[in-house]
Amino acid sequence: MTLLSVRGVSKRFGGLQAVNDLSFDVATGAIKALIGPNGAGKTTIFNLISGFLPPDSGEIVFGGEEIHAMSSCEVAIRGMVRTFQHIRLFPKMTVLENIMVGRHVHSRAGFLAGMLNLPSTWREERRIREKSHEVMELLGIAAHAGTEAVSLAYGQQRLVEIGRALACEPKLLLLDEPAAGLNMRETNEMGGLIGGIRNMGVTVLLVEHDMSLVMKISDEVVVVSYGEKIAEDRPLAIQKNREVIRVYLGDDE
Amino acid sequence: MARRYVPVAAFAGLIVAIQLATLATGTGYHLTQLTMTAYYSLVTVGLCMLIGYAGQISLGHAGFFAVGGYVTAFLTTWNLNLHQGAFVSLLGNSGALVSRTDLYGGSLLTIHPWPACAAAILLAVAIAYLVGGPVLKLKGHYLAMATLGIGIIVYRIVLGTEFLGAADGISEVPGFPLPAGLVITGDAASRIPNYYLAWGLVILGMVLLLNLIHSRVGRALSAVHGAEDAAGAMGIPTARYKLNVFVLSAVFAAMAGVFLTHYNGGIGPSEAGVMKSVRYVAIVAIGGMANLWGSLSMSLVLNYLSLRGYFGTYDDTVFGVILILIMLFAPDGLLRRHLISDLKRVVSRNPVEEEAP
Amino acid sequence: MLGGMTAVTLHQFLPLPLAIVLAVVLTMIVGAVIEIVFIRWLYKPSVLRMVIITIGVSILIREIALHIWGNAVRALPYFTGSAISSINLGGVYVSSQVLWVVAIGAVAVAALTAFFTMTMLGRQMRACAANRDAARLCGIDTGNMVTLSFVLSAAIGAVGGCVVCPITYVQYDSGTPLAIKGFTVAILGGLGNSTAAVGAGMILGILESFSIWVLPTAYKEAISIAILLAILFVKPSGIFGSAEAARLKEF
Repeated sequence: MTLLSVRGVSKRFGGLQAVNDLSFDVATGAIKALIGPNGAGKTTIFNLISGFLPPDSGEIVFGGEEIHAMSSCEVAIRGMVRTFQHIRLFPKMTVLENIMVGRHVHSRAGFLAGMLNLPSTWREERRIREKSHEVMELLGIAAHAGTEAVSLAYGQQRLVEIGRALACEPKLLLLDEPAAGLNMRETNEMGGLIGGIRNMGVTVLLVEHDMSLVMKISDEVVVVSYGEKIAEDRPLAIQKNREVIRVYLGDDE
Repeated sequence: MARRYVPVAAFAGLIVAIQLATLATGTGYHLTQLTMTAYYSLVTVGLCMLIGYAGQISLGHAGFFAVGGYVTAFLTTWNLNLHQGAFVSLLGNSGALVSRTDLYGGSLLTIHPWPACAAAILLAVAIAYLVGGPVLKLKGHYLAMATLGIGIIVYRIVLGTEFLGAADGISEVPGFPLPAGLVITGDAASRIPNYYLAWGLVILGMVLLLNLIHSRVGRALSAVHGAEDAAGAMGIPTARYKLNVFVLSAVFAAMAGVFLTHYNGGIGPSEAGVMKSVRYVAIVAIGGMANLWGSLSMSLVLNYLSLRGYFGTYDDTVFGVILILIMLFAPDGLLRRHLISDLKRVVSRNPVEEEAP
Repeated sequence: MLGGMTAVTLHQFLPLPLAIVLAVVLTMIVGAVIEIVFIRWLYKPSVLRMVIITIGVSILIREIALHIWGNAVRALPYFTGSAISSINLGGVYVSSQVLWVVAIGAVAVAALTAFFTMTMLGRQMRACAANRDAARLCGIDTGNMVTLSFVLSAAIGAVGGCVVCPITYVQYDSGTPLAIKGFTVAILGGLGNSTAAVGAGMILGILESFSIWVLPTAYKEAISIAILLAILFVKPSGIFGSAEAARLKEF
């Protein structure tokens, strides 16, 4: 069953056609990778899907609903959450607090309830805290709960950001270069983590440059170059695709 | 959770201590300025919420104070005896009016302070919602100039309108009656109860804001302040929350305006002026932008000194200079949380654990 | 304000043209001092920070002016003619000073435009405004450019103060409403476009003057601010500015 459907999406910035008539689907429960050389428009595609940018044309359908005109907040409420290429943790907040923000969509206490500190909010806060601890345990960062998030090592900050996204209990998780800046061991662990996330029932769409990671964990791969899709297939087939090879390595002659 | 209320209890203790000290030294007259300071502090902590936790700036908050003060002043001094008619009878029948005599023995029929206060707050809320929406979409210096402009518009309106007293303002505003026979008024006889009423209000406000900061919304606001686009991507309605904080801070300012006007028995256009707005921002800045207690203590000290006349003719200059110095050297404010842990680190030679806020 | 007040004081011992020139020079020096003392050593300050600092500085200047000149209202004499003489322009009687304002305004705009488009220094300043780091890499001394911009705007402000004060009089606190109107006009015209600023200024002036048809005179000041707010809400890049260009600018 298709969870996300991108249909004929285009985006232009002044003189640059960043994305051109792009279409692909993501099946529920799949791990799909979006790859391409630098400047291919992958982050723009993420921004278009997650509500950060409106497409010039085309549709994006998520869970049966058209979302291309929605803001990132509305998209998040509907179960699509993303991480960022350059980690965007909340400064001046601890790891635990960062992850608790992820629970925002699943809690209700508003301004009045917050100011009056009603007993109903105590229960909700406790549940938020418990769930956040669960997420931290899952990712192995529970020991850093009280540490200021931006002071952690890079690899652990990545985990916090993923934890924050997982706390939203998303249907679709968009990972923007999750292995960037990680060494080989950390990348392997990331691969295991993404597999584990899929087993929890979360569909994953990731942008990634690390080919070994992509080939190992993805069910399907979409290759884009200069904003256009040039291939969409299973990893092994992609590796043999002549267009893909040409785009990455150049022509032989 | 109890941890967050400890400073509240300590502060309450301080307030009591100050009053007892004035009793012991026979300097009870200080209480008047201290009471006025309390009401100004109410504006300051509301503004601190806006600047520090929602990450917005307002150079026009004196405008909301003035809206609160002027509406209640006007409604409680507007002699309806001169305007008989259906509307007036309606008000009378609903118990909104009160008869009293003025200084010269004439009879007055004015609106009771409670509906007047409600009207003042409602108007402030309406204005805040109306201008807040578009204004908060602006960034940085555009937002600053826009809020400055709003404050000036309020100032010009109260300065130029005859029935609002023009340059003289409105005076002979009656006291604000409360249950149990208490009245908010400047009479020397009720100095002590008024002192405690004012600071009680401030403490109540602090409790509400502290609760908010430690709640789900407070976390969300912190997130919005730290990384607004990431906060939005986590499902936080950033625009709506920023607007709500703006309105909340406007309510604090308007309430302060209402009560101080009844306490002083009047209000003048200078309360809406740019200098007052600059003063509020300067105090929040020197208190540490995101530090409620810092803003409160700085407000206590600086407003009291200013009201006692310690700054002489340089009153406005002092706050202007404070603002310059803070903006030059410590844009994040002087009493930042981390300043404490930085100091600890310098004094002891061991690394200090980051305090969980 | 400084320009006007200083010129009035100097005029007591100097002939009018000399007094004005000297007043402008003195104000330019003040502008440079402000920049060097308060702005120059800041590391990548945000515009908001600079706005607040300069608001504080303007309060300081006001207080100093108050202590030097008291709260007396001063005026320079009319450059030509007097308060009651006027020139007949095609049936409309216009005060000669108004013509001076228009003339000097036109000269200022022409000179500025020429400076920014035709001189090396002017082009360097525009480069700094577009991308400060890239300008530094080209060997432009961006620090001095900023100082120069403060000096230039101080000069223009002083000239404006001198030429307008026979009509509107000048006082220690007459700077603030003018600064706000100046900001309004700059935004309205799209930042960086001096011709557009003139157009915006005229539009603002006309709107303000005609507003007294519908609203009491006391609210005139509020009109310009209401216009500023309306522009900021609808099109922050100004009537004549372009949204794309505004987004590309450093602020």
